Amino acid sequence: MLDTAARDVTRGTFEITVNDEERRVNVDLRTTLLDLLREHLGLMGTKKGCDHGQCGACTVLVDGVRINSCLSLAVMHEGQAVTTIEGVGLPGNLHPLQTAFLDRDAFQCGYCTPGQICSALGMLEEVRRGEPSQATEDLAAAIVSLTDEEIRERMSGNICRCSAYPQILEAIRDIAGAAA
Amino acid sequence: MRSFTYERAPDAAGAAKTAAEHPGARFLAGGTNLLDLMKLEIERPRHLIDVGRLPLAEIAETADGGLRIGAVVTNTAAASDRRVRTRYPVLAQALLSGASAQLRNKATVGGNLMQRTRCPYFYDAAKPCNKREPGAGCSALGGLNRGHAILGASEACVATNPSDMAVALSALEAQVETVTATGATRSLALDEVHRLPGETPHVETNLEIGELVTAIVLPPPPEGRQEYRKVRDRASYAGGLFSLALAGERMAMGAVALKPWRASKAEAARAAGASPAEAAEAELAEARGLGRNDFKITLARRVMAAALEGTPLR
Repeated sequence: MLDTAARDVTRGTFEITVNDEERRVNVDLRTTLLDLLREHLGLMGTKKGCDHGQCGACTVLVDGVRINSCLSLAVMHEGQAVTTIEGVGLPGNLHPLQTAFLDRDAFQCGYCTPGQICSALGMLEEVRRGEPSQATEDLAAAIVSLTDEEIRERMSGNICRCSAYPQILEAIRDIAGAAA
Repeated sequence: MRSFTYERAPDAAGAAKTAAEHPGARFLAGGTNLLDLMKLEIERPRHLIDVGRLPLAEIAETADGGLRIGAVVTNTAAASDRRVRTRYPVLAQALLSGASAQLRNKATVGGNLMQRTRCPYFYDAAKPCNKREPGAGCSALGGLNRGHAILGASEACVATNPSDMAVALSALEAQVETVTATGATRSLALDEVHRLPGETPHVETNLEIGELVTAIVLPPPPEGRQEYRKVRDRASYAGGLFSLALAGERMAMGAVALKPWRASKAEAARAAGASPAEAAEAELAEARGLGRNDFKITLARRVMAAALEGTPLR
């Protein structure tokens, strides 16, 4: 457990689970979750785009919930479980959504893709839990119908500068249809 | 980002006490606004008090038929709560119209209230800004001020409050519960939390040093229609150019001032039998444009009149 009594300390040692592996890290407390993943744990799949929560390239899942890892300090996640794109699927053992991105040609440069995929996986869980969005017609309804408009609205936090949006939509629709 | 020390607050009163004792301390919850500003060194806290794990993440019924939303409930959790969706749809709509899903998953309702303006000159450390440096001058006054205030502004500051949630809370007449550095608790009306700029735009709220928001309390839902209308440059993930929260006979406007603007003049006009257009005219009579944002006055009149008429959005 992080020692919170020592107030002159600007570094911290704590445990955090990343892709099912428990890690013990010692970092400058300014380290964002994104920089912990990339620079300390060597997990380069998660990308740094804007570093200000605007582009979504750094999206990861924390305890299954999608967040921008650039706008979070690593120390805030002590004891929590982080899933990055490396934990979603690797070459030879791809997640169905990764396969759908390949099948649909849902990227050009690929820089935003890890964030897009982690974001979409988090988004599908939000829909399963019945969480509404701005595109949800009936806020009181318990079940959300995943229309194209819902997918577009729910994925608006992930920018693709190559503008592969139509193919990203198709890839997500493929897997959402298969899961339903 | 400047170096800081960090602690996890043991309880809300302890957090408030510690914050008052440490000059330059800041509360950290979701961090989505604070960390962004820390990277730009616009916020330079020397000590962070993490309140994100305090037991303030519940949404509970109140004795009079309202809801108490704990300060560290996320924006997503508040908007997804069945009681909020069915009894306070204007609040759910306002929350869902703000930011992106990733940000709403992390940002708390307490932090939403305390977030700072998105004025581009506040964000640009190379430009004078009276919020960042009192007395430096306001760059927006003669600058690119298309998104800036049309009501309640001053020569010192023409910024707006960016919160959608707070606009809905104003129309719902929410109360904000806090704990102060002495451990005392108090409750403020939502409209008393934020200040207009006047000569001291760097003083943004009426909270004391160290005072921590612990909950937002909604009174029983008002009779009548609830709706949140937000006009912006793109359909999703963008701040508003104008927004209107309607909750029964009460209304509040967003993106027009440095605080959520309760439209009490329009409410009074409606109660006296004025038409929607007349009510909107009454509220906007004192509005002043800065040049590039003059359109907002017309926009506000039209959106308010249309909302009162019940004209569908599309």
